[in-house]
Amino acid sequence: MPFEAAYLYTILPELVILITASVVLVVDLYLRDDQKGLNHSLTLVGLVLALASVGLVGGDQTATAFGGAFVRDPMSDLLKGVVIVLTLFTFVYSSNYMRDRDMWVGEYHVLVLFSLLGVMIMISANDFLSMYLGLELLALCLYALVAFDRDSKAGSEAAMKYFVLGSIGTGMLLYGISMLYGATGGIGFGDVAAAVAATGTDDKVLVFGLVFVLIGIAFKFGAVPFHMWMPDVYQGAPAPVVLFLSSAPKVAAFAMAARILLDALPGLLADWGDILIILSVLSMAVGNVVAIAQTNIKRMLAYSTVSHVGFIFFGLLAGTEQGYAAAMFYAVVYGLMAVGAFGVLVMISHKGFEAENLDDLKGLGDRDPWLAAMMTLVMFSMAGVPPMVGFMAKLLVLEAVVNVGLIWLAIVAVVFSIIGAFYYLRVVKMIYFDKPEVMDPVTASGSARIAVSVNGLAILFLGMFPAGLLALCEAAF
Amino acid sequence: MGFEKFLFYVFAAIAVFAAGMVVTRRNPVHAVLYLVLAFVSSAALWLLIEAEFLGIVLVLVYVGAVMVLFLFVVMMLDIEVAALRAQFIRHLPLGLVIAAVMIINMVLVVGPWNFGLDSFAKPVPQPEGYSNTTVLGLDLFRTYLYQFEIAAVVLLVAIVAAIRLTLRRRANTKHQEPSEQVRVRKGPERIRLVAMRAEAVPASVPRIGSGPGADPNDAKEQGE
Repeated sequence: MPFEAAYLYTILPELVILITASVVLVVDLYLRDDQKGLNHSLTLVGLVLALASVGLVGGDQTATAFGGAFVRDPMSDLLKGVVIVLTLFTFVYSSNYMRDRDMWVGEYHVLVLFSLLGVMIMISANDFLSMYLGLELLALCLYALVAFDRDSKAGSEAAMKYFVLGSIGTGMLLYGISMLYGATGGIGFGDVAAAVAATGTDDKVLVFGLVFVLIGIAFKFGAVPFHMWMPDVYQGAPAPVVLFLSSAPKVAAFAMAARILLDALPGLLADWGDILIILSVLSMAVGNVVAIAQTNIKRMLAYSTVSHVGFIFFGLLAGTEQGYAAAMFYAVVYGLMAVGAFGVLVMISHKGFEAENLDDLKGLGDRDPWLAAMMTLVMFSMAGVPPMVGFMAKLLVLEAVVNVGLIWLAIVAVVFSIIGAFYYLRVVKMIYFDKPEVMDPVTASGSARIAVSVNGLAILFLGMFPAGLLALCEAAF
Repeated sequence: MGFEKFLFYVFAAIAVFAAGMVVTRRNPVHAVLYLVLAFVSSAALWLLIEAEFLGIVLVLVYVGAVMVLFLFVVMMLDIEVAALRAQFIRHLPLGLVIAAVMIINMVLVVGPWNFGLDSFAKPVPQPEGYSNTTVLGLDLFRTYLYQFEIAAVVLLVAIVAAIRLTLRRRANTKHQEPSEQVRVRKGPERIRLVAMRAEAVPASVPRIGSGPGADPNDAKEQGE
């Protein structure tokens, strides 16, 4: 399978991101401190171009490149578009915060762009090798980003924890991949699926490999019992990094789970379905209950992520096309909500003040009514209150689970969602009914305000008219 | 038992033994040296499965470069062995239980009854004159070109991340600026003569050499 120039067209979005990152890396060297804004402009232009090229290359048919290592299909088109938009939000929200803290340097843009590249490689991976390499690229950038504030002890500690636990997770994944390779003799997802169909599914080595691969996936998702790194990392890392960490990489984790479980191992549905049931029920229980006890809002949102991961697993374990589409819808919507929640946190932080505790949100309704309204939309959506899109996502997943006869699972999910609604609504109560502890007006930039308005209203709009996004998700399976 | 099998067991036993010693040694330098031993015996195992190129690269890169670097770092760090040891012993029972459970599980699943020659046929040996290196090169640059390029990006990110996390200018560090040093021209830029009045030497100081302050070079150093 020699190289063909046509492959370069298929991977155009990835190339645009790679070139943008490299250009920023070089241009940054020649900029004086007061010109660093150019990095930002270059990055935004690159992201918009990448978004356009996703649309240009995209289509209904499936295309592969590099001998089946890379695949472009409707699922990859949608997910790539979403992660690029989430990254755009990340940069717009974080500009003031990073500038105030002397972290508005070229490396920030470069590392976030390279993590985006890793995410896109994972989304389009069609064999275990490129999936693994994309994951490593993403993880390596995120370790460095978590420690980006070099003078923060909490940041270094969080990065160290993330690095050690992430390496263990990757090690597990690699071990599982080696077992699958041993059992099937292939690393391409299609080859593995064909070999499983030919040899049958009672091969112990195959299931053994599957278990380790699933542990790797659960680590990256942060599903219980592999969630220990999340609260500490969320608390220790700079807020804009958490904003990125909780959005695009979660979409990548969904893509990784979907590619590996649905493309490579559909024959083992009975095995991984059971494991996912345990992971998802535990995630919902631990995530929602422990989040109530948190006073730090970043930790609270970390546990809330854990509980949302449970819902994404629900859609996958249903094992039907409806379920997969619902899980994808949920992953996309979750990315949008996470970006919104952390975006507001980043915006109400200012020089010398870090909005981290729930108390910092008190009285936001008086200080900045519009920002408070947006935060309220996000919180209602996360809690699953109609007509916000979070409700729609939960409804679709539950419908898929009920349709395959797992009614008890749906009941468990609803019970834990109601428990979880408590801490989301508590945030809304603090915003509107508590006296503010600080009275300074919020000093957010105009572009960040526009972005948060788009973000919050999108949550409302998609909740009322979900058909378009849902049709895109359904077309992917 | 063929000779190959015998060699396999010898090297496998050395590797397991060395790995055990790595985690139990009191002295970190010893631990690193045992790690080198584990790498060398793994390289021998790779040679046995006809992966000659990888075996040699393991010795050259890991043993030759990475571990030597590691050894330097370990020797420079002042590690508190006693504190590490206390942690180790405190968590040992729990660790042993988990390790035992995992080993039992793994032996049950990947033991000889699932992994023997009857479930996985012995691979056919490569013909004489087969070049591992050539095949690896062709695969790497043709079949796995995409993955190879991603690996290159991963390395670039590693450089960027390492520089970002470690390179910093402290206000009080003394460092040379080679670019400014080479720009100095002959003449007044290189040396500055400071006129000073000769001072009376106290009687207690012997008159050998020049006293502090009398030398123009000293004055220059203090002035800079």
